[in-house]
This record gives sequence, structure tokens and C-alpha cells, in this order.
Amino acid sequence: MEKREYNVTAETGIHARPATLLVQTASKYNSDITLEYKGKSVNLKSIMGVMSLGVGKGADVSITAEGADEKEAIEGIDQTIKNEGMAE
Amino acid sequence: MNSKLSGIAASDGIAQAKAYLLIEPDLTVEKKTTSDADAEKARLSKAIEESKEQLAKIRAIAAESLGEEEAQVFDAHTMVLSDPDLIDQTHAVIDDEKVNADYAFKQVTDNFIAMFEGMEDNAYMQERAADIRDVRKRVLARLLNVTLPSPATIDEEVIIIAEDLTPSDTAQLNKKYVKAFVTDIGGRTSHSAIMARSLEIPAIVGTKNITELVSEEDYLIVDGIEGDVIVNPSDDQISEYDKKAQDFADLKKEWDQLRDEPSMTKDGKHVELAANIGTPKDLEGVNNNGGEGIGLYRTEFLYMDSNELPTEEDQYEAYKKVLEGMGERPVVVRTMDIGGDKELPYLELPKEMNPFLGYRAIRVSLDQDAIFRTQLRALLRASVHGNLRIMFPMIATLPEFRDAKAILEEEKAKLIDEGVEVSDAVQVGIMVEIPAAAVLADQFAKEVDFFSIGTNDLIQYTMAADRMNERVSYLYQPYNPSILRLIKGVIDAAHKEGKWAGMCGEMAGDQIAVPLLVGLGLDEFSMSATSILKTRSLLKKLDSNQMKELATQALADCTTVDEVIEMVNRYTAE
Repeated sequence: MEKREYNVTAETGIHARPATLLVQTASKYNSDITLEYKGKSVNLKSIMGVMSLGVGKGADVSITAEGADEKEAIEGIDQTIKNEGMAE
Repeated sequence: MNSKLSGIAASDGIAQAKAYLLIEPDLTVEKKTTSDADAEKARLSKAIEESKEQLAKIRAIAAESLGEEEAQVFDAHTMVLSDPDLIDQTHAVIDDEKVNADYAFKQVTDNFIAMFEGMEDNAYMQERAADIRDVRKRVLARLLNVTLPSPATIDEEVIIIAEDLTPSDTAQLNKKYVKAFVTDIGGRTSHSAIMARSLEIPAIVGTKNITELVSEEDYLIVDGIEGDVIVNPSDDQISEYDKKAQDFADLKKEWDQLRDEPSMTKDGKHVELAANIGTPKDLEGVNNNGGEGIGLYRTEFLYMDSNELPTEEDQYEAYKKVLEGMGERPVVVRTMDIGGDKELPYLELPKEMNPFLGYRAIRVSLDQDAIFRTQLRALLRASVHGNLRIMFPMIATLPEFRDAKAILEEEKAKLIDEGVEVSDAVQVGIMVEIPAAAVLADQFAKEVDFFSIGTNDLIQYTMAADRMNERVSYLYQPYNPSILRLIKGVIDAAHKEGKWAGMCGEMAGDQIAVPLLVGLGLDEFSMSATSILKTRSLLKKLDSNQMKELATQALADCTTVDEVIEMVNRYTAE
């Protein structure tokens, strides 16, 4: 299992474009990928799940990947997050 | 079947094409118990896959005809359809409750919609809820085996038949193929009518039941001049209307030659023919039709086309574009007229029993002055880019005008303090649409720079007849002598103080009203851009002294609308 923690810096939080990009990236991998915020975790491949968390700017979140391609998955997602300046 | 039906002629022109019914099918879902869960899941996944294919097609067409930006909404829809949570949860309901896929899908999407609608960041989440609704319609239509209209995919010439057209319907229409609209409900001032005039295609509204009488196989002729629809015309009728269409095209050509001419009566009296607009995009129509100014810039669209209050910067850019586009020509900007029939989800205005008599326009602006101040700052900053005039809507009393003007002066002083350049030549006036203001026009005239008579509302308030209510639509009487007397009072009051009076309601471009208004001395006529050339052509045939006589006589002698119309026809026939 791979896990990373982030602090969200995007003005809009994980909404709209950031949410779409994260879901698109996560969907490329076979591993189970979850986004956790305030003790609730959702499937990062589900746009409705991700948006239902209502992650705003400044939130502390963690992303977990579990499965055959978990390493690639967590790296790929990390890339997307850094490239888009969504979180640190 | 050959038949003819009538409605309200809302936009000039003649068109022939087959009918396209823009009608939502019944998507009511029945709950059925079933033990074959796998079969239901297979139905669901087939419906979803087909919906995705359909969306991909619509997206491609929308991108081509409407642009990439408009097409992106369909990407959001595709993403919802691919959502694993949505599918897993629907499968779970099918398994646990032993129900059909339609019912399970409806239930799961209901939950998502309720969740998004209940969330705090409301404007954005409302939009997501709307996406889910749209997507659900598509999937349910597949499951129920009914066809959903998809206006974005129209690729042949059609006449749109609908109960009514919403702004989002019209946004999806490809102007190249849509030859006309015909709707069940609405009047000359409803959204679909205004839209048709700005697209310059014929339209007939308020036919009451065209959606029941016409089917997809029918071929139609739409006569937007008379307000007639011919269903499955005979060959004779087709050639009759071909000729009529040709005559209309010739007439239009004649009008086109008046584009760069001044608006003058036969005896050389000049009046200003201006246009009503909603967005900077409408400038093209104003210029193509030889508008001498903008008599009404409805700023509500800035508020309504957005999910949150437009920023000062957004507004400044829009106002600047319009002012620069018009150059020296005057631009009357009406401050926001929200409320009444124009709702804003993000402002959360309370539902009212009588919205037209309630919390709207200047009443909202004075109460929530932060919103008003933002708009005024944007306007004042833009004032250096052209010939700006600011107009307050729904003014009933002088203190309302004074308060609004004081806020304007405060914002102006603040801007000057901040070192921002502001024009000193901005006129400030009011829209006269409440009878109280019309009656007291002599007092108002001492303080305002101009009046613009908003006839749509002035008529509804004077006659106490809701203009959205078709059962009392006979009371919408622009030529009623009572209305004419109010108008005369307003124009005379303005002139007595050396001010000008205009009109920005539908009446200003009405061919019966124009002779009377010329006679009453109206200075500025503001109308749909597409009515300007027709009105300029009419003006050339009128003698201002004779029209003055007409107006005087009509106001003195006429007791009913019919008498007024008859008198106008007599005078203009001479």
C-alpha cells in the first residue's frame, strides 16, 4: 500500500478542474485509490465521491493506492497534483 | 392533414421546413421486482454505454457548431456516466431490493442530486446536480426505450416546436439549421421571442397547443408577419408563401438601404432610433441595423449567466466593450433588474406571492447596496470609454431616486479619491414603469436627466394585469387611451424642464404606436435592433405636424383601443 499526505493549496480546493484532473489520472490505474479527508474516505476514481467531500483550500488530505500498480499510481497522481499546483 | 393555426407574431419573416419537436418524453419510472439481477445490470450497462456514445456524438457536433467552451458541459456528463460509485451503488440496489435497473438508477441518482443540492457551496454544486439530472434523463430514456430530443445534433433545416424555449435550449441550437420557432406559451416579450428577433428568424409564440397538433413528419410554413402556421401546406399554399417570402426579402432589402440614414420624419424632424441589448454580443446586430444608440442595456444577463455575483472587473469589461463599440453614440445602461420573473439562485431571494409587485430591481439595489455599489463602480470606471447614461429601474418615489443617486455620487467620489478617472458627462435618469412615477413626472423631471418609459411594465401595472397570465392578456393594451395619457404626461414633463424622454418597451417599435409617439413628441425610441430599419422606413412616411394632430385628437376623443387603432390607420393612410 502506498500513501501520501497533502495540504491543499488550490484556491477552489478539490473542485471543478482539480477534481476532474485527479479523477482522470486515478482512472488510468488498476489499483484501488482512495482520498481521505476528515476521517471520510472516497474512491478517487469517482467524481461524485470526490466532490461530495467538499475539500476546500487549506485542507489536509491523504491519498492511498493499493494494488499491482500502486507505485506508479501514487507517482502519477503526485505528478498531477504538483503540476497543477493543487497541493503540497 | 392540412390545417392552419395562429399565435402571436413574435418575429418577422417566413420560413418553410419540417417540424422538430423539442418535447421531453415521459420519463416516469415504475418500480418492478425481479429476481434476474444480472439481466437488469446488463440493461443498465447497455444504456450507459449507448448514452456515452450519444454524448460523444453530441459533443463533437456542439464543438463544431457552438464552440469548444459550450461543448465542455458534455465532458462533465460523460464523467458522471463513468463514475464507478454511481454504477456500484445502482448494482447494490438491484441486488438488495430485487428491483429493475430503471428504478434503482433513479433512486441512486436522486440521492446524489439531493446530496449536491444540500451542500454549502451552492452555486457550483447546483450545477453538478443539474449535470446528474441531465445524464439521468439520457440513461432513463434508453432504459425506457423513448427518444430524447437533442437539439445540438440537428443537422438539417427544421422548425422548432416546443412548449417554450429556455435559455439552455436556445444555447444548443445551431442557427444554421433552425429556420423558425413556434411555441405553445409566451408573448412578444418572452425569452424565446426576444431570442428569435435577435437571431432574425421568424417566430410565433402563444399558439396554446401546437405541440399537440404537430408531429415530426409534418412539414410547416411559418408566417412570422401574420402569426400563422400552415401544417402540411398544399402546393398552392407553398407557392403563395414563396411569393410572400420574396416580397418580405425585397422589403428587407429596401430597409437595409436605410442603415446609414438618419431617422427623420417626412418633414425633417429627427428622432433617435436606438436598440435594446442584453450582452456585448448584441452590438453586431445594433450596427447591422443602423442603431443610433443603445436605449436599454439590460445588465441582468451579467448576473443571470453566472453562478455567482459578477465581479466589478467582469462588469467593467462588459460595459467598456459596449461603450467602446458604440463610440460617440449614447448607451443607456439600466442597473440590475433582478427579481420579478428573473430569479438568481445564488442570491436566495425569498419566493413571493406577487413577484412583480415585490422585492425587485432598485428595491433590491437599495436594500443590498454592496451589490449595487459594485455595479456603479464598474459603470463609472467604464464611463471614460464612451457616452454613458445610467438608468435606475422600478423607481416609484423621489426618495428612491435620491438615495440611488447619492450612492452613485459616493462611489464616484471614492473613485476620484483613488485616482481613477471618471467621466463628468454621465446622465442619470429613471425608467418610468410604475404609474406613480408617471403621474409625478413633473416633479421627477426637475431632478433626473432623462426618462425612459418602460411600457411592458407600465402597461401591466396600469391595467393591473399580469403580463405572464394568458387569461388576462387582452388587457395588455399599449394603445389604451389611459396609457397614452400617462406617456404624454411624462414626455411633456421632461420637455418642460429641458430634458429628453425615450421609450424602451416593445411599444417603441410598434407600427401602430410609432405615429402616436411621434405626435406626442417622444425623443428616443429604443427597440429590438431588428425593428429599427422598419421603423426608420415608417418614419419617413410620417409628417410630424399631422401626427401631432393625430395624437391630440386621439387623446381627446378616443375611449377604447379600437377607436385609437382606427384613427391611426385613418391618419397614416392619408
